[in-house]
Amino acid sequence: MSATPTVPPSLSEIAARRGPPPRTPGPCKIEADRLNFFYGEKRALEDISLQIRPNVVTAFIGPSGCGKSTFLRTLNRMNDIIAGTRVEGEVRIDQLNIYDPGVDVVALRRKVGMVFQKSNPFPKSIFENVAYGLRINGLTASKADLSARVEESLRQAALWDEVKDRLQDSALALSGGQQQRLCIARALAVRPDILLMDEPASALDPIATQRIEELVYDLKRRYTIVIVTHNMQQAARVSDYTAFFWLGRLVEYDRTDRIFTAPAEKLTEDYVTGRFG
Amino acid sequence: MNRALTASLPGSADARHIRWRRLVDRGFQALALAVLLATLAALAALIADVWRDGAGRLSWDFVTSFPSRRASQAGIWHALTGSIFVLVLTAAIAVPIGVAAAIYLEEYGSRSRSARLIEINITNLAAVPSVIYGLLGLSLFVRMLALGRSVLAGAATLALLVLPIVILSTREALRAVPKSVREGSYALGATKWQTIWHQVLPVAFPGILTGLILALSRAIGETAPLITIGAVTFVTFAPDSIWSPFTVLPIQVFNWVSRPQPEFQANAAAGILVLLALLLTMNAAAIWLRDRYRRKDAA
Repeated sequence: MSATPTVPPSLSEIAARRGPPPRTPGPCKIEADRLNFFYGEKRALEDISLQIRPNVVTAFIGPSGCGKSTFLRTLNRMNDIIAGTRVEGEVRIDQLNIYDPGVDVVALRRKVGMVFQKSNPFPKSIFENVAYGLRINGLTASKADLSARVEESLRQAALWDEVKDRLQDSALALSGGQQQRLCIARALAVRPDILLMDEPASALDPIATQRIEELVYDLKRRYTIVIVTHNMQQAARVSDYTAFFWLGRLVEYDRTDRIFTAPAEKLTEDYVTGRFG
Repeated sequence: MNRALTASLPGSADARHIRWRRLVDRGFQALALAVLLATLAALAALIADVWRDGAGRLSWDFVTSFPSRRASQAGIWHALTGSIFVLVLTAAIAVPIGVAAAIYLEEYGSRSRSARLIEINITNLAAVPSVIYGLLGLSLFVRMLALGRSVLAGAATLALLVLPIVILSTREALRAVPKSVREGSYALGATKWQTIWHQVLPVAFPGILTGLILALSRAIGETAPLITIGAVTFVTFAPDSIWSPFTVLPIQVFNWVSRPQPEFQANAAAGILVLLALLLTMNAAAIWLRDRYRRKDAA
């Protein structure tokens, strides 16, 4: 039980033992290239390089404070709104570096949707929550079009049948699990390519969690999904690829079955078997 | 459970301790209640006193009549309309400017050193005596901008006076909006302004309104700055444009109080009752609006 290493192996040590980091075969949707991230002077991410394939679910796991959420938020530049943060290196989505000065953050975030740890529906009606992204981005031409897109999004999020008769009710009257699915519907409404999920089920009961996981499974046919979770069973259940973060470093990134059955790193094995974390 | 019960058997040290803590608890409750009642009693005594002096003078005629040298014929119509006119105009000036300034400071400029400096100065401005604002209004609005001793000059002066309150309370309201609301909006590709307009302001609205109630309640009772800019104490007509000379309720009350005849004292008391009624009506309207807005959210 005292297997917790106190000093992380340096990246060069990891690289020397394993060779170059695994490059996933096939096309690449998101690619981080030697990404460093700073909160003020503190370096929260160190030289993260990884490639994420389209239409798969990639899970980020690791103990609290390991940088997995921070890394997720660099993928749609949500960290921009925090004062005193700084990014070095590149994140390329469809080969375009999203930290290029010419990149429009508004356009980026439409393409890369996000669902947060704590469900955060707007204090408006269910309908208006989903319609908001469509309205502000001017995505629908008519009222009928808007209603159709709202319905489509709610259906995709497996929420339509539960709310179709009370679309004008406040979103805050929904249960926690329904609120989170509403937030997913809201993100899907603007038709992103990528869906980032930051511990989307951590505040939900097991049944609501299961519904979210089923939803993630259904959605990957149409979206590239990146999910942060502190629940290893969840990562094993929903994801195709898993990245293990520790102290701001990417320790191991591989197919989920390999991470959980035959990890290359001792550190990964200790974590996924529950020896620390 | 058993342990807890045996531990507090009657007579044990623990039980005595619990009894003592309960006693302190009740004692504090009684003290707080007494303080509250004392405050309310002072207010009630004040209102009762004014009511005794002024209720006899209070009538529809009193409200709708113009001032007169004869106390029994003097009314408050000119001052009441003047107060309402000035107040509406004050709100029309102070609210857009104050809310916009608060939005800038909180949402756009909060990271810069100059914004912090400005904030400290606004806090200081909120504590400046109102007569100073009167002097400012006199030189700036009445003389330099040549607005004369008009409703507009009075409203602009009062707007300056309440602007710090509006800005500070709006900032507080904006700051209280959860980060998650902003993040949710940004994550959908909203611009900063869209996020502020569609999400932040509606959530902050009840808080902003509370600040406005406070600010306008202060404006309605102000006398000194309006006397300084030369609001006249004896006008025989209701203001009909923003350029009209005017008076307001507190000035009229002040005028009556300073006369020796007891009839005018009664008029002053009645004027105070009208002022209180206006203030309470205004606050009630704002509170009603705020609650209606809150309910709509929670529905």
